Amino acid sequence: MGQQNIIDIQVSELAAKVTAMKSEGQRLVQICCTKLPDKLELHYSFDKNYDFTSFRVTLADATVKVPSVSGIYLSAFIYENEIHDLFGIQVDGIAVDYKGKFYRTAKPRAFNPEQTPGGQA
Amino acid sequence: MSLLGMTGTIIKNLCAGPVTERYPFVPKEYPAGARGKVNIEINKCIFCGICQRKCPTAAITVTKEPKTWVIDRLRCISCSACVEVCPKKCLALDVKYSPCSVAAQKDSFLPDAGTPSQTA
Amino acid sequence: MSGRTVIPFGPQHPVLPEPIHLDLVVEDEKVVEAIPSIGFIHRGLERLVEKKDFVDFTYVAERICGICSFIHGMTYCMAVEELLKLEIPERAKYLRVIWSELSRIHSHLLWMGLTADAFGFESLFMQSWQLREKILDIIEETTGGRVIFGSAKVGGVRRDISADKLQDILKKLRSYQNQFAEIGGVFLRDATVKHRMQGVGVLTSEQAQVLGAVGPTLRGSGIAADLRMTGYAAYGKLGFSPVVETAGDCYARCQVRIRELDQSVDLIEKAAAQMAEGPIEVKVAGTPTGDFFARTEQPRGEVIYYAKGNGTKFLQRMRVRTPTFANIPPLLTMLGGCQLADVPVIVLTIDPCISCAER
Repeated sequence: MGQQNIIDIQVSELAAKVTAMKSEGQRLVQICCTKLPDKLELHYSFDKNYDFTSFRVTLADATVKVPSVSGIYLSAFIYENEIHDLFGIQVDGIAVDYKGKFYRTAKPRAFNPEQTPGGQA
Repeated sequence: MSLLGMTGTIIKNLCAGPVTERYPFVPKEYPAGARGKVNIEINKCIFCGICQRKCPTAAITVTKEPKTWVIDRLRCISCSACVEVCPKKCLALDVKYSPCSVAAQKDSFLPDAGTPSQTA
Repeated sequence: MSGRTVIPFGPQHPVLPEPIHLDLVVEDEKVVEAIPSIGFIHRGLERLVEKKDFVDFTYVAERICGICSFIHGMTYCMAVEELLKLEIPERAKYLRVIWSELSRIHSHLLWMGLTADAFGFESLFMQSWQLREKILDIIEETTGGRVIFGSAKVGGVRRDISADKLQDILKKLRSYQNQFAEIGGVFLRDATVKHRMQGVGVLTSEQAQVLGAVGPTLRGSGIAADLRMTGYAAYGKLGFSPVVETAGDCYARCQVRIRELDQSVDLIEKAAAQMAEGPIEVKVAGTPTGDFFARTEQPRGEVIYYAKGNGTKFLQRMRVRTPTFANIPPLLTMLGGCQLADVPVIVLTIDPCISCAER
């Protein structure tokens, strides 16, 4: 069975850490967001030879801007659009930005409806 | 590389009869253990309500006073959760589904009454 | 002649079993770019976990996808079992392998039929689905359901397969292997089929790696990655190696799936031979705490269940990353530069399952 590691990192370290993963030849597995009562958690997960590593980034709320990693891993754009459309996370500089038109849900930010649109003021 | 790779299969199919079942002239045979509609032996039921609590789709309503056991056939997903938890083993899954219906169909069972009364 | 036109493809399209929308930017007949949008069948199932307790949610997890339902349910159970620190009995692990592989066979046969339909080979479509029907009968005999197996549960499995029944199933599967070869032979050798698939929708191994392709899409591009190799359930004891093809085109992805049919039958045979009598479930105690990523191999590729519990009956978060979702970026790359008429075939070779992609 492959190993599984979850590592806590800061938003500011994200780009450097993800670049390091890319140079190791890791594959980007997924990016996901978890809404907790008082904060939001992002997981950036990687895999190499079935060993699994996940970076956990904690955000105070959806007004915190997150740098995009789609410049490093192009396939990240699809996950970043997803967390933007479902949780209202502000991701800066997505390689292919659908601007909220990727998930056409009936209600905006379906998984985080209480959050006022952050980062637009 | 072949052009008519299917020919052999097609000739075989022409000689053999139809593969599909001749429904409704020949009734469908279900294997033992197929999950169909829920049946209840109402006179064995003690109206404890465990099946109501364990039903993942809230299809079952049990009342103690008066004693009734009601199932919403369209909500039921035939998962057999109720059958597994029933303490008196009075619930069972039939191999057949409940008949088709276009409106919400609730079957009510009362003790000593043999057949269910249906309400839309 | 450099005028560009945008052609909407889907969400209603004869070739699509499920709704995905692609805006195809075309120059003459050549697709320059494809822009996807999804969300037509977004059901918000991930949030339902806040309202259903972790045992009941198995039923919901199984219904995320109508085709690989068992593997969805099983992966969810694996995630929760890890949070509960439950070790499931050996026999349950082997039964999970058998049902996983049956669902892989039926999914691949379904895919073969849909693809044959996409390039207009109706009799091949019927023939594939006729075979699939026989597999569905086996599934119904063993689990009671045809596509919703309902046999995975937290702590093990809900039904057992008797030794006689198992021998009966193996005998049937061996007899179907000839038919797999017959149908597979048409896919792999017929000139008309080859004409539609060879050299179409090429994805190089570098692209597949960078874009995060999974499943047959990845293995068709020459990368030997199969999550079953991590040895979850009883796969670690069965000894097999992933099926790999190197061409990276639609034909290679088709070859991978057809060869996996035989691999699945072999795995079922091995599992049946090794399986010992014993209990099939353990009692569930406690509540899930902590977080865990469960990963398994579906017919379409790697699926990830992320579960986070806080010691209550309700999980805080359950996230599913389905293989189709991961295969969308590679799909967009394959579509760039292809002919408009090839779009349906290329879309189908990633084996799209949109309702599971959107959850």
